[in-house]
Amino acid sequence: MPLKTKTRSVTAPPPVPSAKAASKKSKKDDDDGTEMGDGDDWNLGKSLIKPPDQLDLTEQELKEEITRVLTADNPHAPENIVRFSFKERAYKQVPVISQMAIHFARDGNLLHKDSDEAKRQQSRGKLSEESDAEDISAPLPSESAEKMDTEEEELPDAKGAEEEEEKEVIRPRQERKIPNQFNFSERASQTFNNPMRENGCQTEPPPRASFASTANQWEIFDAYEEVLAKQAMKKEKQKPHTVKKDEVSKKKISAVESMSDDISRVSKVAKIVERMVNQNSFDDILQDFKYFEDPSDEFRDQEGTVLPLWKYFYEKAKRLAITSMCWNPKYHDLFAVGHGSYDFMKQNRGMLLVFSLKNPTYPEYQYSSDSSVLCLDFHNMYPHLIAVGFYDGCVAVYNIMENATGPTYKSSPKSGKHTDPVWQVKWQKDDLDNNINFCSVSSDGRVVSWALIKDEIVYTDIIKLTMDGICKDALENLQLQIMGCGTSFDFHKQKDNLFLVGTEEGKIHKCSKAYSSEFLDTYEAHHMAVDALHWNTFHPEIFISCSSDWTVKIWDHNLKNPMFTFDLNAPVGDVTWSPYSSTVFAAVTTNGKVHVFDLNVNKYEPICEQTIVNKKRNKLTHIAFNPTYPIIMVGDERGGVSILKLSPNLRKQPKAKKGQEVQKGPEVEIAKMDKLLSLVRDPDMKQN
Amino acid sequence: MAEPEAKKEDADSRRIQTFPIVRFCDMPEEMKVETMELCVTACEKFSANNETAAKMIKETMDKRFGASWHVVVGEGFGFEVTHEMKNILYMYFGGNMAVCVWKCT
Repeated sequence: MPLKTKTRSVTAPPPVPSAKAASKKSKKDDDDGTEMGDGDDWNLGKSLIKPPDQLDLTEQELKEEITRVLTADNPHAPENIVRFSFKERAYKQVPVISQMAIHFARDGNLLHKDSDEAKRQQSRGKLSEESDAEDISAPLPSESAEKMDTEEEELPDAKGAEEEEEKEVIRPRQERKIPNQFNFSERASQTFNNPMRENGCQTEPPPRASFASTANQWEIFDAYEEVLAKQAMKKEKQKPHTVKKDEVSKKKISAVESMSDDISRVSKVAKIVERMVNQNSFDDILQDFKYFEDPSDEFRDQEGTVLPLWKYFYEKAKRLAITSMCWNPKYHDLFAVGHGSYDFMKQNRGMLLVFSLKNPTYPEYQYSSDSSVLCLDFHNMYPHLIAVGFYDGCVAVYNIMENATGPTYKSSPKSGKHTDPVWQVKWQKDDLDNNINFCSVSSDGRVVSWALIKDEIVYTDIIKLTMDGICKDALENLQLQIMGCGTSFDFHKQKDNLFLVGTEEGKIHKCSKAYSSEFLDTYEAHHMAVDALHWNTFHPEIFISCSSDWTVKIWDHNLKNPMFTFDLNAPVGDVTWSPYSSTVFAAVTTNGKVHVFDLNVNKYEPICEQTIVNKKRNKLTHIAFNPTYPIIMVGDERGGVSILKLSPNLRKQPKAKKGQEVQKGPEVEIAKMDKLLSLVRDPDMKQN
Repeated sequence: MAEPEAKKEDADSRRIQTFPIVRFCDMPEEMKVETMELCVTACEKFSANNETAAKMIKETMDKRFGASWHVVVGEGFGFEVTHEMKNILYMYFGGNMAVCVWKCT
């Protein structure tokens, strides 16, 4: 019972009814006679006591009837549940909300008797009973067997029941245990695993390149225009030209894209510029070459001069003597020069240079070789092929159109090269199989014909130069053939098979390709080696020879003795006929002089005798006439080539008598020569 | 002379002469021919849509020659690419279309 102090004056009345209520309650609860006798007194003087938080309502409001409704709704259940529906992809309100409120839940452990678990439990239960009852039941059947007669009706039933029971017993047994019929036992083992090893490899990536371009409407249009233009051109031009166009178009296409052809494109232009520069710097010489005619010739009575024009000299061929020279038969400004050494002791290397008159400063083509170049010849039909003979006996063919550093074909010891220096090579006409071929003569006494068949060079001996004197070996009584050494040869211009060979002994043999064992004729020409031998350009029966015995001799091949003999006071290195006249020839001597003779003018003396190089330091080795221009080139021992222009007197044509037509042509030349010869021949006895 | 000129003009204006011009190619001959034919076919088939033409070319090239090919079909573009050697073709077609096909992984 709460004690309320009376000090609370305001709260005096309220505590009273609460105290009353409390007392009432206590009365109910305890049933004790906790009297509150004072409470009855209080009842009398009771006044309405309100709790402090009671609402003050009006009378009307108090009378108002308020209905209260009890529903079965779960007050704790939410009124509206909204869920996201993935099917409709929208938030949807759940229509019905369950109002079930679970106050108490407990899981039970009841099983339906027909369910699997229940059956299993039953069987387990029965088993444990039966195992006890087994012993009991076992004697049962035996008992029943004894009692069969007596209790027949009962026994079957009992048996059946027992059987049934047994069956039931057996089934659980089977379910429980599978008997081992094979005495099987499991055993496992692990084999040895090979140890693992890591191995890695990286392939090289495929090669890559960059490529760039632009595709614009105008570029496409231009390309199409180009192609159409080319097609139109193709239709107009003939077939051999179309091949060129293809190459050009290919070049254009590739040139557009690739950047690596810059240098080669410049080279062509550079060449032209170089020539222009040369032309400009040597302008006066060029003018002389073209137009200068020595006016002093009028005053010189039939004598002429040679005017030095250019001097060709190549640094790399400095110490090498000029051993051979040849003008190109097609391009008359092109000439080839072979460098080497005549000195037996000082053999080191050789060079083949091709110069052009348009560029006196640098060779157009150059080839180096291991041994001295001794002779060379341009092919008449294929002006890009040069046949070369070397000091070591090899012959080679260079193709200057190819960008090769070496010869296209070269003979080797296997393919029958000479064993001694090759002194002369000369191209022949194509043979029966249309293979190009050339001949060479060498100190080993063989004249060999080489044919270029496909990629090889094939040789055939034409003739062997045997000496007449046969040396008998005392011991073996053999007849040794001494080979002569061929130093020069020349083929007849018209009769292919006929050719002359000059030897080191000074003899000249007239031979034919058809007869390889015999000479047709032999001339006792010189006392020393025959250095040069040439048939006359026009006259078919005359040839000229020169030798180191200071003489130049002109022969008719029918006669044993020379028609003309000239003594030049010095060893003659080379002699050659002029291409424009049958009576003009030129010779060079080792004292540095050039001698030009015109038999029509003067039969005994040269019409020009001029020193070209300093005779103390240098010797002239070779000379050659240009086929078209009135110039000659002279080679010396130091490796320099001098180009000299012939003055008008030297290239005089015979003056026509008045009224007579001036006839040109070989017949005139031949007639001219014949006239000369007849003058000379008369005192000679004609010998066959 | 007038006739072929007139024909040429016609060809230019109508672009009927749609022969392909190879600007640059370092493929082996057989591969080049095949690729060119494929490009021509694709451009003719999808003349309206460069993308589908390029797609067709690329997929066929991938199937035929392996790994990854790249194709550009268009009328105006510049390019600088790195390609595997012997696997690039750059050609014009149809008078106004350019196709560049290259392989690079």
